[in-house]
Amino acid sequence: MMEYIAGHYNYWLIIIIMMAGFYTVISRGNLVKKIAGLNIFQVSVFLLYISISNVKDGAVPIIEEGVTLYSNPLPHVLILTAIVVGVATTALGLALVIRIKEAYGTIEEDDIHNQDQSL
Amino acid sequence: MIENHLSLLIVVLPLLAAPIVAVLPNGRMPWSISTLVSWAVFAMACIQLINVSTGSVISYELGGWAPPWGIEYRIDAANALVALIVSGIAAVTLPYALKSVEQEIPKHQHSLFYAAFMLCFTGLLGITLTGDIFNLFVFLEISSLSSYALISLGKQRQALTASYQYLIMGTIGATFFIIGVGLLYAMTGTLNMMDLSQRLPELYEHRTIHTAFAFIMVGFALKLALFPLHLWLPNAYTYAPTVVTVFLAATATKVAVYVMLRVIFSVFGFTFIEDTPTDELFMILCVVGILMMSFYAIYQQDAKRLLAYSSVAQIGYMMLGIGIGSALGITATLVHLFNHALMKGALFMAIGAIVYQIGSSRIEHMQGLGKHMPWTFAAIVIGGLSLIGVPGTAGFISKWYLVLAAIEKQHWLIVIVILAGSLLAVIYVWKLVEVLYFKPADESGQTVSNQLTSRKEAPLMLLIPTWILVVANVYFGFNTELTVGTAEQAVKLLLPSMN
Repeated sequence: MMEYIAGHYNYWLIIIIMMAGFYTVISRGNLVKKIAGLNIFQVSVFLLYISISNVKDGAVPIIEEGVTLYSNPLPHVLILTAIVVGVATTALGLALVIRIKEAYGTIEEDDIHNQDQSL
Repeated sequence: MIENHLSLLIVVLPLLAAPIVAVLPNGRMPWSISTLVSWAVFAMACIQLINVSTGSVISYELGGWAPPWGIEYRIDAANALVALIVSGIAAVTLPYALKSVEQEIPKHQHSLFYAAFMLCFTGLLGITLTGDIFNLFVFLEISSLSSYALISLGKQRQALTASYQYLIMGTIGATFFIIGVGLLYAMTGTLNMMDLSQRLPELYEHRTIHTAFAFIMVGFALKLALFPLHLWLPNAYTYAPTVVTVFLAATATKVAVYVMLRVIFSVFGFTFIEDTPTDELFMILCVVGILMMSFYAIYQQDAKRLLAYSSVAQIGYMMLGIGIGSALGITATLVHLFNHALMKGALFMAIGAIVYQIGSSRIEHMQGLGKHMPWTFAAIVIGGLSLIGVPGTAGFISKWYLVLAAIEKQHWLIVIVILAGSLLAVIYVWKLVEVLYFKPADESGQTVSNQLTSRKEAPLMLLIPTWILVVANVYFGFNTELTVGTAEQAVKLLLPSMN
C-alpha cells in the first residue's frame, strides 16, 4: 500500500495542485485570484504531461552514441503549446479584469453582481 | 495542384487573413477582405463536401509527415457538413457585419475586430477538419480566445463580465479536455484519432481510459453548453455585439457538438459508451435541459437572452440524438446541427436588425415594431416557425428524425419531451410575435436610448443576409437531399457496425 502511494507520488502532487487551483477558481470572489487559480490548475496539467513523458532509466532525448533508451520528448513539445495557450489566456483574462475595474470600479464578483442587479 | 491542398487551405486562408486584416487601416478594407475570404472558404467547403458526399474520405498529411506521426486532416461527410455550415454562416454574417459593426464597435477597433473574427473562424474550421486530437485542442483555444475578445466588445459593461465568465468556464473545459487527451496518450502513445480508435478497444476495461473519457466529455459539455453547464451562454449571447452573437450562436456550439460526435463514435466507439452510463446521463440531462431552458426562455425580458435560452434547449435536442445512439439518432443530431444554425442565425440577425434600428433588445421596447419593419418581422415569424418545428421548415425535418429515433428505441418519455419542448417554443416565439405585431406602439416610451431611434425598416445590407438564411430555412424544409443525405453518409462512417 505504502509502495503504491510512494510509487505514484507524481500523480498525488499533480492532483493536489490541480484541486488547489480548481478550488481557488470556484471559491474566490476576486477576479485576479480566480485567474491565478486557473493558472495553477493549468500548471498541474503541464506537470501531468511532463511526468508521463519520463521513461524509466531513459536518457535525455538528445541523440548520443551508445544510448538506446530515451525519454519521450513529444509531451514536452505538446505542453510547450499548452503553455503558450495558458499565457495567452492569462493575458486576456487580466486584460478583461482591467476593463472590468474601469467599468465597475471593483474586481470583487459580489460587488459587480450587486451593481448589475441594482440597475 | 491546388485542389490537393483544399483541405488545408480552408483553415489556412482565414488564418493568413487575420494578421493582414489586423494591420490594414480602419475603414472598409478589413471588412472587404474578411468577406472575400469567407466566400472563398465557403466555395472550398462546398467542393470538399461534393468530393466526400459519395462516402469517401479525404486524408491530408500536413507537411508530408505520414499519420499517425504527422498531423492529419481528415475530411468525411460528417465534418464536411459542419465545415459547410460554419463557412456558410460566416459568408452571410460578414456582409451583415458591415452596418452592424459600424454602429456597435468604435471605428478604431474595426480592423482588430475583423482580425479576431477571422481567427475565430479559423479555429472553428480547424476543430472541424483536423484528425489529430491535440491539434483539435490548439484550434479550440484559437477559437475560444478570439471569441472571448469578440464578446467583450459588446456595448454594455456586462459584456466584460460575460466574457470573463466564459473565459473561466471555457478554459476549465479546454483544460479538462487536455487532461483527457494526456491520459489517452499515456495509455496508447498516439494522438491521431483513427490510430486511437484502433488501439482503444483492447484497453476498454482500463480505468484510465474511463477517466480520460469522463474528462473529455465534461470538458466539451462545458464548451457546447450542455445543461447544467450552460451558465456562461445566456450572458455571452445577450451582451456580445450582434454579429458575434449571430456567428457564435450558429457555429461555436455546433462545432462542439460535432466534436462530441467524433470523440464518442469515431475515437471511442459506441460499444464503449453503452458500457458506461454516458448515454443515459445525456438523455436525462437533455430532457431536463430542454424543458427547463424552454421555460426560462418564456420568462425572459430581453429578446437576445430569450433566444440564448432557447439555444441551450435546442442543444439538448442535438445531444439527445447522441444519447439515443442509433443511426437515426445521429442523423437527427447532424441535421439539427445544420438546421439550428440556419434558424438561430436568421433569428439573431432579425433581432439584430431591430437592435440596429431602436438600439435595444428589450422586448418591451419592441412594441408594435412589426408594422414598421414588416420584412424583419416576417423573418422572425418564419425563423420562429422553424424553431418550433412546423412542417415546411427546416426545424420540422430534424425534429421528425429525432422523434423517429426515439420511437424506434421506444423512449416514449423522450417523444413526449420533444413535443412538449416544441409547445414551449410556440409560447416563447409567440411572445415575440405578440409584442412585435399585436401590441400597440408605445409612442411615449420611444426614447429607448439617447441615440437616434427610428421605427423604419432596417437597411437592405441587414435584411438580405437575414433573408438568405430565412429562405434557406424554408428550402431545407422541402429539399432534404443535402442535409439528410449527407448525414446518412456520415452515419455510415461513424457507425461502421450498422452496415
